[in-house]
Amino acid sequence: MGGASVVGRTTVTVQVNGQERRLELDSRVTLLDMLREHLELTGTKKGCDQGACGACTVLLDGRRVVSCLTLAAQCDGREVTTIEGLAPGGELHPLQEAFIRHDGFQCGFCTAGQIMSAVALLAEERAGSDAEIREFMSGNLCRCGAYPNIVAAIREIAQQGGGMP
Amino acid sequence: MSVLEYRRPEQVAEAIALVSADPGAAYLAGGTTQLDLLLKDGVVEYGTLVDIGRLPLRGTSVVDGVLRVGAVTTMEELAADAVVIERLPMVREALLSGASTQLRNMATIGGNLLQRTRCRYFRDRAVAACNKRAPGSGCAAVRGPARMHAILGAGENCIALHASDLCVALVALDAVVGIEGPDGQRSVPLTEFYVMPGERPDVENVLAHGEMITHVDVPLPAAGLRAQYVKVRDRASYEFALVSAAAALRIEEGAITEARLALGGVGTVPWRAWAAEDLLRGRQADEANFRAAAEVALRDPYTVPGTEFKVGLAQRLIVRTLKYVSGAQT
Repeated sequence: MGGASVVGRTTVTVQVNGQERRLELDSRVTLLDMLREHLELTGTKKGCDQGACGACTVLLDGRRVVSCLTLAAQCDGREVTTIEGLAPGGELHPLQEAFIRHDGFQCGFCTAGQIMSAVALLAEERAGSDAEIREFMSGNLCRCGAYPNIVAAIREIAQQGGGMP
Repeated sequence: MSVLEYRRPEQVAEAIALVSADPGAAYLAGGTTQLDLLLKDGVVEYGTLVDIGRLPLRGTSVVDGVLRVGAVTTMEELAADAVVIERLPMVREALLSGASTQLRNMATIGGNLLQRTRCRYFRDRAVAACNKRAPGSGCAAVRGPARMHAILGAGENCIALHASDLCVALVALDAVVGIEGPDGQRSVPLTEFYVMPGERPDVENVLAHGEMITHVDVPLPAAGLRAQYVKVRDRASYEFALVSAAAALRIEEGAITEARLALGGVGTVPWRAWAAEDLLRGRQADEANFRAAAEVALRDPYTVPGTEFKVGLAQRLIVRTLKYVSGAQT
């Protein structure tokens, strides 16, 4: 059985961006807070913290999820990829380049979530048209309204054949 | 909230034993609603969460014309299921019209059935009057601003909406809920699984403490049934329904031989429109009959000023959806 040996605490072993991390945490800690507060990976942003905005999107075993509504404990033994994991050597992922080229952000707060979501969108093969991109990116809100440029950035990489690293 | 214990047993029986033995324990599946209510809104309290997300209750199988869906299959997994794509397109439409891809990757089918209401008064601890949260305290929603609330199965005690899209399609198709608890297994039709608020809005379904949904059975319709799920909402995507309809018709020589109609966005429970189905069966598939069906489907609503618009909107959606599945409208 997985779970706690100390009251209210949980031991979690998780692969984060290819590196094994072992933490002993309060059982209430979310994946988002684990990344930001315990692993100092602050690229993942806390927006609404209630699953409504998508700013905290990361990949869990390759699938996109909102990290604010995922307990760190639920990730024990699993793989997490954050925005930091897209550019391990400092060389930007093609989607990151495209977001810069198309000016796919203004304030930038939603951008990490947008890009992680877009990475998954391409893997899901759901970037076949602008309408499809809009529908399947709808879980990522941009209050600056950079949507047309975000769609343009994703469309460009999709047309180039996916841009998976 | 205070201390939270997290447990992740490997077997169903172990999970049931853990929750059954502890009144303060609850099952945790995808967590998309439950963790929000527990950690963020603070309107539910559990001492222990028993994570069932990795129990061997995942995936689908077909036996004797019925699709069995394991309770912790995710919404995205079910939407991508080959049998669902081929035989249950309405279920796929309902699945993909709900939430976002991120949430659908987390949320499970069992959890979808058990999702709590989005009623803002229920989710706000600063609101004293909520019969669902604090039995006997009253209902702030019937007097305050309301919009995303129920008009069928509702009353002065509670107008909280069941917001699922999936369940609307599933009640229309006579899905059956598989349940396991400390006293063994049982099956309950989804149309009998939910409990109307009545005098006890805090009681939402027939599950006893410790009982778990293990699977959902969906009978596969015979060829020739035309079905569609249509959702009307305030924005084009990633929004809850104002009203929605799951409609299916089988038409032979112009006459309706099978009619199924369920509504979302209007009911305190996923709403099967039995009276409308009875009216349609045996009649001609024409607009006059569709209008008559829409009329009886919305008979005797309980509305407040903010929800009156839903009556006409739901009726128009029913007519439009029936016209589509009858082939009279594309």
